[in-house]
Amino acid sequence: MQEPSAATPLLEMQGISKRFGAVQALQDVHFQVLAGEVMALVGDNGAGKSTLIKAIAGIYQPDAGVTRWMGREVTVRTPNDAAALGIATVYQDLALCDNLDVVANLYLGRELASPGGPLGLLDEVAMEKRAIEVLRKLSVKIPSVRIPIASLSGGQRQSVAVARSVMGDNKVVLLDEPTAALGVAQTREVLGLIKRLREQGLGVVLISHNLSDVFEVADRITVLRLGRWVGTYEAKDLGREKLVAIMTGAISGDAVPGATPPAPVTAEHSP
Amino acid sequence: MSSTLEHDPRVVAERRGIAGFFADYRQRLRQGDIGQLPVIVGLIAIWSIFYVASNGVFLSPFNLVNLTLQMAAVGSISVGIVLILLLGDIDLSAGVVSGMCAAVMAVLSVQHDVSPQLAVGIALLVGAAVGTLHGVWITRFGIPAFVVTLAGLIAWQGLLLRVLGRTGTINLKDPFITGLAGTFYTGPTAYLLGAAFLAYVAVRPILENRRRRAAGLSVPPATVVWVRALGFTALVLLAVWYLCKDRGISSGLFYLVSLVVVMDLILRRTRLGRMIYAIGGNAEAARRAGLPVRRIRTLVFALASMLAAWGGILGASRLLAVNQSAGQGDILLNAIAAAVIGGTSLFGGRGSVWAALLGIIVIQSISNGMDLLSLQPSIKFMITGAVLLTAVTLDAVLRRGRTPGGR
Repeated sequence: MQEPSAATPLLEMQGISKRFGAVQALQDVHFQVLAGEVMALVGDNGAGKSTLIKAIAGIYQPDAGVTRWMGREVTVRTPNDAAALGIATVYQDLALCDNLDVVANLYLGRELASPGGPLGLLDEVAMEKRAIEVLRKLSVKIPSVRIPIASLSGGQRQSVAVARSVMGDNKVVLLDEPTAALGVAQTREVLGLIKRLREQGLGVVLISHNLSDVFEVADRITVLRLGRWVGTYEAKDLGREKLVAIMTGAISGDAVPGATPPAPVTAEHSP
Repeated sequence: MSSTLEHDPRVVAERRGIAGFFADYRQRLRQGDIGQLPVIVGLIAIWSIFYVASNGVFLSPFNLVNLTLQMAAVGSISVGIVLILLLGDIDLSAGVVSGMCAAVMAVLSVQHDVSPQLAVGIALLVGAAVGTLHGVWITRFGIPAFVVTLAGLIAWQGLLLRVLGRTGTINLKDPFITGLAGTFYTGPTAYLLGAAFLAYVAVRPILENRRRRAAGLSVPPATVVWVRALGFTALVLLAVWYLCKDRGISSGLFYLVSLVVVMDLILRRTRLGRMIYAIGGNAEAARRAGLPVRRIRTLVFALASMLAAWGGILGASRLLAVNQSAGQGDILLNAIAAAVIGGTSLFGGRGSVWAALLGIIVIQSISNGMDLLSLQPSIKFMITGAVLLTAVTLDAVLRRGRTPGGR
């Protein structure tokens, strides 16, 4: 019943469970992200957001459940498996090298170079041209692509870290608290960037504690509570108070209209 | 949409033209990105002081040729130290390894009738093996390089004594080995070497800028590039001419400068170099980006010990002997001091191999000048220590004004 089509989720996880010793971190969790949408993943502390993200990124392996990548069942055992599928993760503590310039950071680990393994000569001109192109496409504002990351502001660094995730052939980008340490203007910058990632047709997974950020950019919201899947909602159907009530368990998820059925195969959402 | 390049007054940007270039440069200095300016100013000061104090003898062609001879051995070791420092590591065994490998070469060639070329090759391989051992130990067991190479310092010292055996001192007479450091190039050959060096430091940047401009990327103003190129040309030609008034360009200097050029090329233009800087800047980021961090660190330790071996061989070649104190005394500290004085950060990720070259010129100038003035070793040590401390303090103080969060 599921033909790979525009509506097939890029990534779909069903019935995911993960146990650490006595702690059931995730139980029967459903999650999906479509191309060209921002899917927010919210929940109070200890809801299992990090565990789920790490399961997607290949750091943890679920004990039970099915993972589908573009409709095909896959097993993601390591971070490299995830990267090979086209899943990029931008971690909270920015994984950038302060001493290297913007171009070098964007291309870290996948430099354009002549053959010759480690002694291959870097093609700086090509890398710089492509870096400027990508940054321009994402409207990332930085003074120069040839200055070290150390001299950029927090928002600019975060933007570079996010831009890094679209350099490869990635289709899904996981953003873990991308605005946590940023000021007002810088947060706007990064949220704008997230919208542009969506325009590029990427599936964006946003984990955030900041609900105004979530409502500003998210198309759909998946709520976890105490390791369980509560529901996946259209952001426009949900008010802030209602979301908080669902997150804290004050009202049950089913009481809210717009919740996607537990095992959605094709979503009604159209970007 | 708005453009990528938006001027933010807090950040050095690429402003157009000569005025913009100098404005950027001044701002970089203010922000603590001092580059090699202090060491060049310091070197001019040191040379001026010794010139006056020695009644001109210090800057005579004869003495400057001596200076180049004295630089080669420790300079080569220092190039290896720069690589290690770029990773944010340290190698305390470099001095002893240089002596031990020189002893291996001497024993093989003098006592075992191994051909000198082969003896040199084996000594270099022993160096590489020692460094690989350090690197594997450090990366496998997660022990700080400081401790592993300190253990190495003691152990390889023992091996040096063992290799030399009862003899204690081995004199080197083989023309190949003594010629390593003791050959001189004069006349057209010397100028040809100078031209080859200029091709790298003066012509290559011009060609590179041409490529960048053709690709529509920003370039520094042409005037600046040309002034730099012509400045280098004048300086190199002057140096070659002046050294040729005496014995000429020593092979030791030739090897050291070649080594610096090759390593500079590797560090700044190859994937390997990029990986070394990345690991020194943020090892965790490098690991997440999929770089083979352990393998690269091991490789750098191997390379550094091999360069230490090469330094030891050059040193033995100049002194015409290897004895039980080979590679000891101030060799290690001078090699590290040279790297740091030249502007290599002890915390990894910042610096270049030119630091080793500039730094060793400073260190050796001080030592040479004080010898000319017949100062006591006690005074020599204290002055060298003070110069090192001044250089590092200057670096630390100027860098304090650097970058948000001081990272």
